Amino acid sequence: MQVKLIDVTMKFNDVVAVYNLNITIESGKLVSLLGPSGCGKSTTLFLLAGLYKPNNGSIIFGDKKVNEIEPENREIGMVFQNYALYPHMSVLKNIMFPLNMQKVPKKEAEKRAKEMADLVRIGHLLARKPGQLSGGQQQRVAIARALVKQPKLLLLDEPLSNLDARLRLEMREEIRRIQQEVGITTIFVTHDQEEAMSISDQVLLLNDGQIQQYNHPQYLYNHPINIFVAKFMGNPPINILETMVDKEAKKLILTSNEQQMMIPNKLNIQTIQDEKIYLGIRPEELFITSLDEGALQGKITYVETIGRDTLIRAAIGDEPLRVIIPPDTKIKIGDLVGFGMKEDRIHIFDSTGRNISQQLT
Amino acid sequence: MNVHPTLKSTLKALLYLSPALMIIGVFNIYPIIKSFAMSFYSDYDYFNDVVYERGLDNFIYIMKDADFWLAMKNTFIFVIGVVPLSIIISLGIALLLNTNIYLRGFFRTIFFIPFVTSVVAVSIVWRWVFHTDYGLLNYFLGFFGVDPISWLTDPAWAMPSLIILSVWKGLGYNIIIFLAGLQNINKQYYLAAKVDGATAFYRFIHITIPLLSPTTFFISIVSIINSFKVFDEVFALFDRRPGPVNSALTVVYYIFDKFYVEWEFGIASAAAYVLFIVIFLFTLIQLYIGKRNVHY
Ligand SMILES: Nc1ncnc2c1ncn2[C@@H]1O[C@H](COP(=O)(O)OP(=O)(O)OP(=O)(O)O)[C@@H](O)[C@H]1O
Ligand SMILES: [Mg+2]
Repeated sequence: MQVKLIDVTMKFNDVVAVYNLNITIESGKLVSLLGPSGCGKSTTLFLLAGLYKPNNGSIIFGDKKVNEIEPENREIGMVFQNYALYPHMSVLKNIMFPLNMQKVPKKEAEKRAKEMADLVRIGHLLARKPGQLSGGQQQRVAIARALVKQPKLLLLDEPLSNLDARLRLEMREEIRRIQQEVGITTIFVTHDQEEAMSISDQVLLLNDGQIQQYNHPQYLYNHPINIFVAKFMGNPPINILETMVDKEAKKLILTSNEQQMMIPNKLNIQTIQDEKIYLGIRPEELFITSLDEGALQGKITYVETIGRDTLIRAAIGDEPLRVIIPPDTKIKIGDLVGFGMKEDRIHIFDSTGRNISQQLT
Repeated sequence: MNVHPTLKSTLKALLYLSPALMIIGVFNIYPIIKSFAMSFYSDYDYFNDVVYERGLDNFIYIMKDADFWLAMKNTFIFVIGVVPLSIIISLGIALLLNTNIYLRGFFRTIFFIPFVTSVVAVSIVWRWVFHTDYGLLNYFLGFFGVDPISWLTDPAWAMPSLIILSVWKGLGYNIIIFLAGLQNINKQYYLAAKVDGATAFYRFIHITIPLLSPTTFFISIVSIINSFKVFDEVFALFDRRPGPVNSALTVVYYIFDKFYVEWEFGIASAAAYVLFIVIFLFTLIQLYIGKRNVHY
């Protein structure tokens, strides 16, 4: 089922939780709602579920406007951020509840509930009450309860936040597998960009209740529309360098320490309107070279090897710089080195933070 | 702090507790023990406080006394009439007050007033409400073509009148407790149930009722105990009489009558102990049922 939000705004008294949301979610796709805490992710889900009514705008399921349709008639499944399992019902009863409400015969309901429980690997916990489960087990019960009635739209509010790293990875693959198998349109809230990148067809990045960018996850990574998106996507985060534009000398000057920077070849400095721009460059797109070949010079302050990567931090004057280098590079803390950058991978943002790389080349 | 009790700390605690202990001792514990002893006085000289004979005579007497059995029967009818009605009505009102309505605080106060008003004052008003010729109740029933009912003077209607008064009197307290219970239910469960396709009716059945059960349980225990002890309402509503031809004679009224009117202290004490045992048994049964059906 295709889901469309048109000009949707939601206010709580004077707090604008969601502002003028316009998106279309194609049928059968998994869309991640990504953003920092308090940006309106849960609110957006509640609007889709019908638990909140928007102050403005339309919500359309398929070709039907559902603004006035109550949640119980919207044919949705939802995992709440705090699970909201019924404390007085056993795990089995919890999972069966949506089926009982649909008047599915008891035998069949029980069979389907058990299958679903096995799928999320809680088949051995059916007789327990939610209070007797760990956070991760509760979360899986909640997922089973949301999926069991095979809803037209599945809404997941941070469904994996309480699982350990391995289970989290397994469950997200599981969710992806079930989602693709059933072909159910799914909206998956998370504030973990890596999780969003790995399972979604599209990522909707929100900040302060407004859409920042809505596209394929890799597209957001490669073509962030503004500094916020660039910073949010990717770990370790992108380096942002504030520079002044010196059109006469054809130079960029780092604001923080007046170090001059070689201008990337592709950049036509005369077309820049602003005096100040931001350069965005991802840690993996920087490399160490000799001092005079580097676009920047800095001192290494920190070296850390995590698994297959070595992450270093360097100080360009006072400005910190994160770089990922091959683990066999011979460097140590205190070394003064030059940093080169893959020039076609540099993002240029104007003084308001908008990405202007496209206009400049 | 987890300090071991010492002689000194215990004495100190006793010192602080003693005023309350003394009052409870004189007015509660001593009478309980004394009346237990008195229930076995078969032959007793009240003026000189001499017991000539002890035995089970008092218990045998009340077992054979038709009035005592009538009082028992009336009390049971009263309990069965008041408790379920009171719980259902107060739950209904609490549910309404728990929704978003105008003047919610005002209505809560209104419903709580009967609880804090004296029974005697309330009963005087109700005697007027129940009046056969000028009563409000008959006036209203008249609109529906019902002939005037002699609420307080017809033996068949005395007990219903008493039940109506008592239900109304108990509403305030029950509503407040139910409201507190309702507010304690996390709203999330209702949201989840909505998403799971439960209509308002099913949300009530599957969420409200079970999650409210500890409250309902508490209220039912308290109201059953209170109803078994009904006396003031009878005394005030029927002008110090146990209703026309004893139609509203309750066990506590029987005890009162034996004690203060007939000065049969032994019999009164024996009846009090029988009532105590009945209440005790009922509470045990309720605790047993509660254990299996109440969700904490
Ligand atoms: N019921 C409410 N009443 C008032 N303000 C609310 C309410 N619910 C949410 N808000 C506000 O709306 C904004 C968005 O909240 P929302 O719960 O959607 O954030 P979120 O993106 O889900 O955050 P998190 O990642 O922490 O769950 C916040 O500023 C929050 O304080
Ligand atoms: Mg949230």
